Amino acid sequence: MPTYDLEVNGLRGFNAALHELAGTTPNEPWELVNPKGSHAIAVGLDAPIDVTVAGSTGYYCGGMNKQATIRVAGSVGPGVAENMMSGTVIVEGDASQYAGATGHGGLLVIKGNASSRCGISMKGIDIVVHGNIGHMSAFMGQAGTLVVCGDAGDALGDSLYEARLFVRGSVKSLGADCIEKEMRPEHLELLADLLARAESDARPEEFRRYGSARKLYNFNIDNAY
Amino acid sequence: MCGIVGLFLKDKALEPRIGDLLTGMLVTMTDRGPDSAGIAVYRDGVPGQAKLTVQVDDPDAIYPTLAAQLGTMIDAEVTLEPNNTHALLRVPVEKTSEARAALRDLVPGVRIMSDGASIEIYKEVGLPEDVAKRFEIGEMSGTHGIGHTRMATESAVTTEGAHPFSTGADQCLVHNGSLSNHNALRRKLRRDGVRIESENDTEVGAAYLTWKMQNGASLGEALESALDDLDGFYTFVVGTKDGFGVLRDPIACKPAVMAETDQFVAFGSEYRALVNLPGIDTARVWEPEPATVYFWTH
Repeated sequence: MPTYDLEVNGLRGFNAALHELAGTTPNEPWELVNPKGSHAIAVGLDAPIDVTVAGSTGYYCGGMNKQATIRVAGSVGPGVAENMMSGTVIVEGDASQYAGATGHGGLLVIKGNASSRCGISMKGIDIVVHGNIGHMSAFMGQAGTLVVCGDAGDALGDSLYEARLFVRGSVKSLGADCIEKEMRPEHLELLADLLARAESDARPEEFRRYGSARKLYNFNIDNAY
Repeated sequence: MCGIVGLFLKDKALEPRIGDLLTGMLVTMTDRGPDSAGIAVYRDGVPGQAKLTVQVDDPDAIYPTLAAQLGTMIDAEVTLEPNNTHALLRVPVEKTSEARAALRDLVPGVRIMSDGASIEIYKEVGLPEDVAKRFEIGEMSGTHGIGHTRMATESAVTTEGAHPFSTGADQCLVHNGSLSNHNALRRKLRRDGVRIESENDTEVGAAYLTWKMQNGASLGEALESALDDLDGFYTFVVGTKDGFGVLRDPIACKPAVMAETDQFVAFGSEYRALVNLPGIDTARVWEPEPATVYFWTH
């Protein structure tokens, strides 16, 4: 297994080596040691490769990921897996703000807590947070699923489009146009699959579902000032 | 964007290393604020004495005679230790206000960075590493300290626009963000007799907290009321003679990471700033909640 020491060899070399693998099917997993909170680790990957980051990272870890499985044995700074297209990003610790922002696809798993704006403007990504999430999460979420095993902060799902939100714990407040919806069998099925893939032992029946009331979709003169 | 670092020591054994640790943290935050840097360090308080940190444009001409001149004017024993563009003046504590006024008469354009029993503030325009070297921050010992790297948005890149800001004895504040109601609040505070020296938004935040504490609030209470009265984006780190506080606005766009061990409480705008602290691998590391006051005292 190639081990890369970020402190000795620098960030650009690491990302360049992983970019070299684009379009191939690598057999060996990679390990990065001494990340020391650096930004933009394992960004822009495009190969079915396993990458383990042994420590905590700064901004934008795993951004724009395609196909790769990136596991962070630590916590991550703002914007983890931002604009992810496919693949999996797993964070063993906590995530800072706007985790999974604008993500189009793939699975983001946060085993600790995520702070504010988790899944903001999500466009198809699936996000499972084992702990709690902060305020303004899933703001303007268009597609994809956000699963929260703990509690959600203020203004969950404000100005939501068609992203699906599931929360097991409490919701401090719902944002504009976000409402609780009935849990149907297909939602339990969806949750069971996501929770299993996210290595969570939470039970689907414990969750409540939230979604868009679809009142803000079109211009409504009554909403004008 | 700006960078903030802070270190509040619980273990006296680390006190000789505080300058070195803070310098390392500060230099890591250069990307977030390369235009100026500053540091407040709390140390060496002598009972009955106040320290004034001052800065002048022409230290070689001013400092050799300043202590004697000031001593004559305020009729007290004054000592001066020059440190690059800054100097540390020691005066009897009851002469602090008199000394501030006399300094302004003696040296037009003098910048009084701080006064108090233990606070010292050093700040200049330039890269954080260069600023830290100029003042030999790495050599300093102390009980707690706060540093800032500035990327200016609200006012010019000048020495007086750099952080930390001190508006009351042993108090200082650094800020990442921008206040939007600082002009109105500055007028109000000045009407109430609060000293505000610059047009900088952060100084108004500092003066606001000083004003609250002068009116009987604790640091924690002053920070609580800031949530109602300050508008804009802010992550603040505040120092007092024996305290260290953190406050983020309710939106909390401006980043913040904290770490606590048996030896220290540390603050960084990013985790990168904390990675070389002793015992960080086993520290409790967390992101401070929005609109929540955190403070520690010795």
